[in-house]
Amino acid sequence: MQQPPLIQAQDLHYEITNHDNQIRILSGLNLSVAEGDQIAIIGSSGSGKSTLLSMLAGLDVPTSGSVQIKGNAFSALNEDGRAALRAQHMGFVFQSFQLLPALTALENVMLPLQLKSHQDAEKLSLEALDKVGLSHRVQHYPKQLSGGEQQRVAIARAFATQPNILFADEPTGNLDSTTGQMIIEMLFNMNHEAGTTLILVTHDIQLAKRCKRMFKLDHGVLCKVTKP
Amino acid sequence: MMLAVKLAWSQTVSLWRAGALRVLVFALVLAVAAITAVSFFTQRIESALNQQGSLLIGGDLAIVTDHPVPKTYISQAKAQNILTTLTYEFPSMVMHGEASQLVEIKAVEANFPLRGNLTIGQKIDDLGAEANAGPKSGEVWIEPRLATLLEIKVGDVLSVGESNLIVSAILLREPSRGGNMFSFAPRVMMNAADLPATQLIQYGSRVKYQLLLASSTAKISQYADQMKPALVRGERLDDVRNARPEIKAALDKAQQFLGLSAMVSVVLAMVAMLLSSFPYIKQSLNTFALMRCFGAQQKTVLQILTIQTLIIALLSALLGAFLGFVAQLGLAQLAGSLFVETLPPTTVLPVLIGILASIGMMVAVVLPHAWQMRNLSAINMLRLDTLMQPLSAQAKYVPAALMMMLMIFWQAQDVKIALSTIVAMIGLSLIVLGFVYTLTYLAQRFLLMTPKNHTLSSVKLGIQGLRRRLGLSTVQMVGFCMGLMVIMLLTLIRGDLLRNWQASLPEDAPNRFVINIQPDQVRGVRDFFTTQSIKDAAVFPMVRARLVSKNQQPIKTTEWPDERAKRLAEREFNLSWSASLQTDNKLIAGRWWTKQEYGKPLISLEEGLAKSLNIKLGDQLLFDVAGNSLVLTVTSLRKVEWDTMRANFFAVTPPGVLEEFSTSHISSFHLPIGAEKPLNLLMKQYPNLTVIDIAALMQQVRGIMQRMSQAVEYVFAFSLVVGAAVLYAALVATREDRVREATLMRVFGASRKQVGVAYVAEFACIGFVSALVAAIAANFLAYYVSEYVLNIPFQFNLAIVLGGTLVSATVIPAAAWLGLRAFLNIPPRQLLNSI
Repeated sequence: MQQPPLIQAQDLHYEITNHDNQIRILSGLNLSVAEGDQIAIIGSSGSGKSTLLSMLAGLDVPTSGSVQIKGNAFSALNEDGRAALRAQHMGFVFQSFQLLPALTALENVMLPLQLKSHQDAEKLSLEALDKVGLSHRVQHYPKQLSGGEQQRVAIARAFATQPNILFADEPTGNLDSTTGQMIIEMLFNMNHEAGTTLILVTHDIQLAKRCKRMFKLDHGVLCKVTKP
Repeated sequence: MMLAVKLAWSQTVSLWRAGALRVLVFALVLAVAAITAVSFFTQRIESALNQQGSLLIGGDLAIVTDHPVPKTYISQAKAQNILTTLTYEFPSMVMHGEASQLVEIKAVEANFPLRGNLTIGQKIDDLGAEANAGPKSGEVWIEPRLATLLEIKVGDVLSVGESNLIVSAILLREPSRGGNMFSFAPRVMMNAADLPATQLIQYGSRVKYQLLLASSTAKISQYADQMKPALVRGERLDDVRNARPEIKAALDKAQQFLGLSAMVSVVLAMVAMLLSSFPYIKQSLNTFALMRCFGAQQKTVLQILTIQTLIIALLSALLGAFLGFVAQLGLAQLAGSLFVETLPPTTVLPVLIGILASIGMMVAVVLPHAWQMRNLSAINMLRLDTLMQPLSAQAKYVPAALMMMLMIFWQAQDVKIALSTIVAMIGLSLIVLGFVYTLTYLAQRFLLMTPKNHTLSSVKLGIQGLRRRLGLSTVQMVGFCMGLMVIMLLTLIRGDLLRNWQASLPEDAPNRFVINIQPDQVRGVRDFFTTQSIKDAAVFPMVRARLVSKNQQPIKTTEWPDERAKRLAEREFNLSWSASLQTDNKLIAGRWWTKQEYGKPLISLEEGLAKSLNIKLGDQLLFDVAGNSLVLTVTSLRKVEWDTMRANFFAVTPPGVLEEFSTSHISSFHLPIGAEKPLNLLMKQYPNLTVIDIAALMQQVRGIMQRMSQAVEYVFAFSLVVGAAVLYAALVATREDRVREATLMRVFGASRKQVGVAYVAEFACIGFVSALVAAIAANFLAYYVSEYVLNIPFQFNLAIVLGGTLVSATVIPAAAWLGLRAFLNIPPRQLLNSI
């Protein structure tokens, strides 16, 4: 029997109302992601890339349409149900790092593991931080780290839980090109090692090209881009 | 400068629109509203209580002289638009037919009394009607007792000196009947215009001349200040406080409580402002740093921040003051029905206090931060948290601390109270700090274990949160602690105060005194009380004596600068004897006599008297008792609760010392108003006895205490509002951080329950620690304030401590959860965009 795709988005619509104006962000979008896939979503600023990522990760719900994770209707679940699936399957890397300022690097990495009552939270977190080359800065607070180091902590946090799917939203958007390059290498290496499914949102075409498949989001519609 | 004002204004508007100012403005408005309302209300209640007291002297102030009141005193008062009236009081014999009686004559001018009313009737058992002026010329009003003694009715003629005056009414109630209650003979009130014709006032007559004055509080106190230095021997100023000692004690306690409540409201409000200003400071400093990055001059940036802070403080203060005024109006309306008179008008002072507190606090809190930042480079400012902060950097909190102390001193107007409040606040902060460290240490040990259970692991996360935000958690706990402590403190003291008032004047407190009971009549009088079923009618012996010398040094009354000491030394004492200490007396120095010491020349003195006359334990006092000398050694000092209205004595000896001297006895007992029949029977049986009737006065005192209790309750309610403001401010001070944390937890897959449990666990710790420390501190403070400031016995109340701790440990996490709950229902994406 054929396994259902890891993520299946069907006829996704998302609209917002601003000052009585209906703004359509996603219109009838379909996407299927298999396990181990690497997908890049490109598009200009404001095209709805991050919104699509949020829908796929269950951080928000579409106006209509459905998202399924391993055949489970994700968008039909309530907030706690979606949270449980996120905890089980997903990791995140954000453009603005989203580290908690009051937590040390180690504590930031440990947080998702602790939420899963993981017995080896500290050990796994230290290992993850070691992989991103930050074992000497585990007790530092985000404000004491450079942008690149903060994003490395975020990557360590994303991989520490060994997710099936990694969502990366403009992971190099706040970094200079050299650091960005280093972060990308790290992200793809770790992704390769762990065999994680990657969904990457970026406007950097070079970065997108490193993924197996590439889509462009334009006026709410997703079009497959053939790699040259 | 104009640019700075313009930029500051637009910044303020933008911040408001963005919602960044709402919490701060809300806390400021609430704090100022509470300060203003409490100040308004206490001020008006104080004036109302004073006015209530004024009824008892018939004016706001009295100048009492033993010679005619100098005309300049009257003209000066009139020049300041102060109402005046003169009264003359002296003892004299009056006659009706063949019968004669010693009475207390009071001759009054047409506009007497200036405050309050007299109650007159046509018969002695009339309910009576109020009269706002004294008798007309040619008429007299007499007390029911005189009517009974001389068998007079309205319309009869009474001979007063050389005049015959018509009895036109029975004087049922005279609120202004003051002075020494043991000198009471029945009152005869007449018009002052008839005095010369009676020829009663002659050279050497013992007349108490009284100039009564009434006007606004400010005018009266200005006049009193003016007159004090001008008074010569034989002249004194009486206001309600020193004219009526039984009212004074209760009035003082009420005012101290109101003052205390107003002060704690101000302190709490300032804590609320401090807590709610933290997020604003953070944001302002970021803006400050950005402006510097964009090339703004340091001076300009400082100016903008200052003006912006002033705008926020002033607008919030104005709104708060307005709300405070409205709230106070509503309460005054509600309280108005409790007071006989309408409440006196308000003044602008409370508004000024509110505005000053708001601006002062904001400037003292915000500007030192900005000032300290002025020498940092823009990029260092943006990364402020990474900089090593020297110890001297903490100096930025000094102005806020000083401002708070200044407000405490200003409000307390008493060094002792102000200092104890400050010490309590510092002590409280240190204790909280100790608790937080202990708790986090224990938590860390607990955290070494990793619970498998999801709920437990969320609890662990919550307690970790406490450690993560150690600084902020401590500040937050100090805030909670202050709010809770004040609420508990006021609850405890209020209870003590009200219980004390109720206990000091129970419904069956003695309200009639019988004096002049001769030794051979004591048994008969006692039997009479028994047959009439009059309970608790204690009979005390009394011997008149004059203090002559202390330790062989003659007592010279002129040596005392203190008017009270002078008066005490001049007058005759009523010495009494007793085998045991009266139940409402408390021994505070020395010891009570044993059976073996009966008959020995010892004496126990009331502490206030001993203090005024500088008498110590072991001093030898020489008394003149009807021409005989008697030397007594002071062996103990007693505290006497004068406001219990029971018969009490300044000086008491053991039995067997005074019996040989001419003795009379005094008895006090309770008879309800309207049940005076036994009194008349007693008078018929023993015509030589004098009855002093303070039933009406007692009813008045009880009424005043009732009103004071209500005032205390209202002000207490106001202070609770400020306490709530602090709790709210403490909650919102860290909300931004927590929402951010909760959102990320949800992104990583935490359920709402998990986030909620973590959050509630953290706040349960905060609530429990704050409540525990607050409860302990409140009890210590309540003990101190009760015993040493209000002079009322303290009662430890376990129910308040346990109840308060439990309620706080429940309500604080519940309130925190309610504050966060709204955010848990918003999709994480929307929150991620906003953080």
